Amino acid sequence: MHGRIKIKSTAQQEEEKRKEREKKLKIYVSARDTCFSKVTRVLLIQVVSNHQVLFSFLCGLCVSYLHSMFLLDTHCQRKEGILDEEALQVTQQLLSSNPDFATLWNYRREILMHLETVKEKDEVQKIYEAELAFLESCLKLNPKSYGSWHHRCWVSARLPRPDWSRELSLCDRCLSLDDRNFHCWDYRRMVVKVSGVPVAQELGFTDRLIGSNFSNYSSWHYRSTLLPLLHPESPESPSPSHEPPQPSPSHSPQTQSHRVCEEQLLKEYELVQNAFFTDPNDQSAWFYYRWLLGRAEREEMISCVYVSRDEERVAVAFSRPVNAQSVSLLLVLDGQPQKVEWKSVHPRFKHSPVCICDLPPGTISDITNEHNLTVHWTEKYTHRDCALYTGRTESWCRDSATDQELFRSELSVEKTSVLQSELQSCNQLLELEPLNKWCLLTIVLLMRALDPLGYEKETLAHFQTLKEVDPMRSAYYSDLCSKFIIENTVLKMEYAEVRVFSITDKNLTTLCHLDQLLLVTHINLSSNQLQQLPPQFAMLQCLEVLEVDNNRIENLEGVYHLPKLEEVLLKNNKISALADLQPLASCPKLRRLDLRGNPVTQAANIESELTALLPSVTDLLL
Amino acid sequence: MAAEELPSEFDVVILGTGLPESVVAAACSRVGQRVLHLDRRSYYAANWASFTFNGLLSWIQQYQEEPQPKEVQDWSSLLDEGEELVYLSNPDSASISNLQVFCFTSEEDEEEAQSSDLPNPTEEKAVNEDTDVKPSADSNEEATTEKQETVGGAEEEQVTPTEGEEQDTDKPHLSTAQSQLEPTRKRITYAHLVKEGRRFNIDLVSKLMYSRGSLVDLLIKSNVSRYAEFKNVTRILTYRNGNVEQVPCSRADVFASRQLSVVEKRKLMRFLTSCMEETEEHQAYSGRPYLEFLCDQKLGDNLQHFLLHSIAMVTEDTPIEEGLAATRHFLRSLGRYGNTPFLFPLYGLGEIPQCFCRMCAVFGGIYCLRHSVDCLVVDKDTNRCKAVIDNRGQRISCSHFVVEDSYVGKKAAAPRRLLSRAVLITDGSVLPSDSDQQVSMVTIPPVAARYPVVKMVELCPSTMTCIPGTYLVHLTCQSAGSAYEDLAPVVTRCFHTPDSPDQENRPSVLWCVYFNMVDGSGVELEGHGLPSNVYVCSGLDSTLGHEYAIRQAELIFQKILPEEDFCPPAPNPEDIIYDGENPSTPAGEEDEDGAGEEGKREQSQTQE
Repeated sequence: MHGRIKIKSTAQQEEEKRKEREKKLKIYVSARDTCFSKVTRVLLIQVVSNHQVLFSFLCGLCVSYLHSMFLLDTHCQRKEGILDEEALQVTQQLLSSNPDFATLWNYRREILMHLETVKEKDEVQKIYEAELAFLESCLKLNPKSYGSWHHRCWVSARLPRPDWSRELSLCDRCLSLDDRNFHCWDYRRMVVKVSGVPVAQELGFTDRLIGSNFSNYSSWHYRSTLLPLLHPESPESPSPSHEPPQPSPSHSPQTQSHRVCEEQLLKEYELVQNAFFTDPNDQSAWFYYRWLLGRAEREEMISCVYVSRDEERVAVAFSRPVNAQSVSLLLVLDGQPQKVEWKSVHPRFKHSPVCICDLPPGTISDITNEHNLTVHWTEKYTHRDCALYTGRTESWCRDSATDQELFRSELSVEKTSVLQSELQSCNQLLELEPLNKWCLLTIVLLMRALDPLGYEKETLAHFQTLKEVDPMRSAYYSDLCSKFIIENTVLKMEYAEVRVFSITDKNLTTLCHLDQLLLVTHINLSSNQLQQLPPQFAMLQCLEVLEVDNNRIENLEGVYHLPKLEEVLLKNNKISALADLQPLASCPKLRRLDLRGNPVTQAANIESELTALLPSVTDLLL
Repeated sequence: MAAEELPSEFDVVILGTGLPESVVAAACSRVGQRVLHLDRRSYYAANWASFTFNGLLSWIQQYQEEPQPKEVQDWSSLLDEGEELVYLSNPDSASISNLQVFCFTSEEDEEEAQSSDLPNPTEEKAVNEDTDVKPSADSNEEATTEKQETVGGAEEEQVTPTEGEEQDTDKPHLSTAQSQLEPTRKRITYAHLVKEGRRFNIDLVSKLMYSRGSLVDLLIKSNVSRYAEFKNVTRILTYRNGNVEQVPCSRADVFASRQLSVVEKRKLMRFLTSCMEETEEHQAYSGRPYLEFLCDQKLGDNLQHFLLHSIAMVTEDTPIEEGLAATRHFLRSLGRYGNTPFLFPLYGLGEIPQCFCRMCAVFGGIYCLRHSVDCLVVDKDTNRCKAVIDNRGQRISCSHFVVEDSYVGKKAAAPRRLLSRAVLITDGSVLPSDSDQQVSMVTIPPVAARYPVVKMVELCPSTMTCIPGTYLVHLTCQSAGSAYEDLAPVVTRCFHTPDSPDQENRPSVLWCVYFNMVDGSGVELEGHGLPSNVYVCSGLDSTLGHEYAIRQAELIFQKILPEEDFCPPAPNPEDIIYDGENPSTPAGEEDEDGAGEEGKREQSQTQE
């Protein structure tokens, strides 16, 4: 059309771009050649000039070839000790087009270190300042280049008179462009640490970042590390955990140091509530909230010592799993230290909250004797006594599980009133967003922390909703729900002071807290969804009767060396091979076994094989 | 330029350099049309212009002068057979009316203001300076008269920079109050404003650019954006219950808001999310007011106010469809460039038409200021405009003619709607915050019954529209009365003026001007008894965005060149081939023969 501006065609533009690239490449290559020996130069140009952009287009082979040639060459030069400013300039040229060339950064560092030794301090300062400015241009090119950030760290550390505020503002600028640039977060942490930025100022920084976009794990997390420093929980405030029966020197400051004083905590609740009311589907705020609600670390202690005269066995339960082989336990029997071998209840797991040991035969077998046992956990300076009186076949000493903190350790907020008001506001949110999974889950946790038995019905209903609104995680919710049901049942059992544990028809999918069942003699888990009795099941050292009818059990691994087990009722499960019954053979007192409704009963010769496997069983139902 | 003859043949002649005209000019020039773009004024952008403080003072002065009766020259000698002349109307002075200027700051030098307690010298000085600004004979008289109500119309416009009575009573009071309040703060004097006047860029229209509005889209699409810089409006405010409050509209705002309860936050977020999509619930309210729908959502007064006035920016009787559409437009624009939906061009809105003019010129458009068109040459048979005759009597033939509506204004008999405008220079923000560089959009619902909804934009110095220590405030509304009647009640509520001496905690108004502009949003593109290839660009419209002007420009362009793309991306300057220039030969192919080059070039031309 007449008068129209003529524009270069795509082909022409391509051609020009190609030329531009070629020009750049020439510069790049010539810069590199300054480092290269003359022999390799000819060869390399031939290779390179056939390609358009060196590091983006060359095939892997060429890159590695060039690289190796180059490395060789730089190496030579480095060896020759050419550590002058010209080399600095040349590497700068190369790095500014490819900041991820680690070898060049190394070379540069060598040059700089060399210059440090020959130049005046002021000059060194100038050189390093120029280096920082150069790095800034590299970061503009690629804000996530490992090489550039690492080099900046190095330079900042060597700078004679570092300007940390400048570095901080650089980080701020970077983070405002991409608040998830973890290189920058890393670097910033270094700067803050070295320059000693006041914690309060850093908290203000997180305020700012969260204010501009609260979907930012880094900022919330950073906050969680700053708050305990700035507003530590005052030492005289009531401890969230129950005071131990005997004063223990292990009440170390670490268990408290990550907590925040209540006044600040209330402010944080308000902040995070604003976030999750604004956007309840953003999980970063919920995670922070979860942190605020806290997780009490239970005191490390021996929670139970059990001694059985018949088996001449001692079982010790701890507040956290220990390694049976390496735990420093000392058993004192009637004032005499005993040399015993502590072991886990099951070879499959070494870390176990329950350890057992067998006393030398005849030590306590005489029923007319009274014995006093003390178990010392020497590294934790704690111990527990247990007396086995005359005429008794067993004895134990323990803290009752009804102690409040046992299952509430999930949330450790200081005051019930705080939890109550948090529950209220979450319920308020639930009213507006009845299907929000984060809200539902938090409510469940709060309810459990407040009154696990009182809220049982509501908790179960919420779990039902959770499974419906978040079907992808329904198995997780089922497991969590199972856990809570077990906890509640343990509590009920403790209140009733019985040694019978029964959860039937509750859709249990998993077993946990089995260490709490050390003393249970009769367990009924019929009509649930259990698939296995895990190795932890072996902690039920007193178990006599096991009822698990109508489950989906395929695996009996945990029914292992249970010294008192007499009856196993396994009706309608999924035991399919004789080998699966193998663990039962380790239970010496097993008399009765009900296997009706299991695939294994269909096998030929099952009866005779079972008799061979389990000679002690007299009452076998197939 | 003035002495030279213009080329006598163009494809498109455009008269007026307002935003729609400039966009049409750029679009036509971009696709190869020969464009002549004229404006009778001495500055670009017509009523879309931005002025320095001194520039604005002369603009005021010009409108306050008696317009010269213009003698109509007879150009019929230039006609050929079968042609007739259609005269354009006498260029408007009617598009601006009811100009009133007030100066509330000390008009003397700082030192004097501090030393002198007597009001009398102050006033004398003020009057003297006033005469500098306004050399017409009657100025002294006016300055001492009571406040005069002006009744519109160019002839009766007047400047009343210093109301005599107010001077007497308020000035001393004002200065003592100030010195008591902030003894250390330097008061910015009128002399200072004039001295630093060049650093002001005062817009005649006050609009903002929606981040996903058609203007932003066009600037990006056409690469015109490279000629300007922009700043985000940083916050949305509203005037409510006698206070200026921040409106939480983005996610971050809602999160940070202190005036909303957490439940309100949830409700607001939920409403904003839900209204992005058309639901059955919305349809059920079809035809009923948006307010009714909001009421039924049980959002509470707070949220209802924000949603109706600040986010949708509609009135209480706006139907739901319009309300929802406005809300969606707002929300879609949110977060593209920042926490509010709006952008503002650095150096003022007057930059935008100039950017398009620049684009037009880059592609060969020819520009003449202080140059107008007197009449059209119309072919009697086809009723098409064949040429125009400029005010120097040159006949310039053209295929299309685009004209600003003020040149055909008097032919439109219908009474025109007006906009009321006020421009204030203040000494502080209406809502002080941590940062003193906030750009605020303030929505002000009717202050009383029968008053209009007012939109206020407060610009900080970093927008390059005012000097440090001051804020530039634009108020706009659809006129109910004169600009002063409409807007003064808002000004006295939000600011500290001699009329509102009790509001000492509010920012003080240093200087302000009120005027009315014609709201051209009702003007048709064609018709007006004009030939079919003459297109009329209406002036301003009352909305906040630029949608109306851009749509209009696109419509006109499509009528002129129905087959062509509207403002396709401009090529990079290095990709343009100029006449007589050899397409640069690739350095690597110097050995290639010239024939190959030639062939390539031909090929590229035929492609177009």
